[in-house]
Amino acid sequence: MTPTLTHFLAVSAALFSIGLLAALSRRHAIFILIGIEMMLAAANLNFVAFWRFGPPSPQPVGVMVAIFSIAIAAAEAAVGLALVIAVYRHFRTSNVDKLNAMKG
Amino acid sequence: MSSVAFVAIGILTLAAALAAASLSKLIHAALSLAVAFVGVAAFYFLLGAEFVGLVQVFVYVGAVAVLIVFTILLTRRESGSPARFKWTGALVACAIFAGLLVAIFKTKLPAAPAPPLAPLTVKHIGDSLMTSYVWPLQCVGLVLTAALIGAMILVMEEKRP
Repeated sequence: MTPTLTHFLAVSAALFSIGLLAALSRRHAIFILIGIEMMLAAANLNFVAFWRFGPPSPQPVGVMVAIFSIAIAAAEAAVGLALVIAVYRHFRTSNVDKLNAMKG
Repeated sequence: MSSVAFVAIGILTLAAALAAASLSKLIHAALSLAVAFVGVAAFYFLLGAEFVGLVQVFVYVGAVAVLIVFTILLTRRESGSPARFKWTGALVACAIFAGLLVAIFKTKLPAAPAPPLAPLTVKHIGDSLMTSYVWPLQCVGLVLTAALIGAMILVMEEKRP
């Protein structure tokens, strides 16, 4: 039995859920970023899997979308980690539960 | 496409991702994340998208994981309790995973194995980038420049009056 599109989608759904788990259940800002990166990787895996199993086309559309998405994710990671450093400098913590200065 | 490779890569990726989500030490989680990204790159190789796999290794394992490790080292002086695990988050994630699985298995997807593929060369990808995708390429360049400048401005020392 060779793996089909359904198997790839199932793995990608599992990866997405693990990323969501990391983003929702941890309180450290870097863990939330790790979770977001995992969810983005799951989405890219879906794009490439649909490209591979879909009807053949002259343009490799799924591959292109995945490449652009990786570039955007890299920019997002850089800005997100810079934000973590800025927040840490200001509040001396990166626990998102303690950043409640705007709480009414 | 061999199923042994699929199962092995899948177990490696998901185990590393679970470790990244649940290990209590931040640096261990970051290194597990790098392993999980290597697993995703192996999936790209398995799918015949070698260029995307290489980009994944260069960008994620080479740059993003190292960036995360650097940030951990810069923000390490942490006070207070270590990470408490929130079970509501786990519950929500499990519910969404179940919903996704139901949606995937109820949809009529092509059950055939992957059709034979003409090898996707870097020349082909470069031609596409320079013809049909030239505007997205320019926009990505602009976004990367803006992100570079923005990240530098964010971490510059604040002026103290």
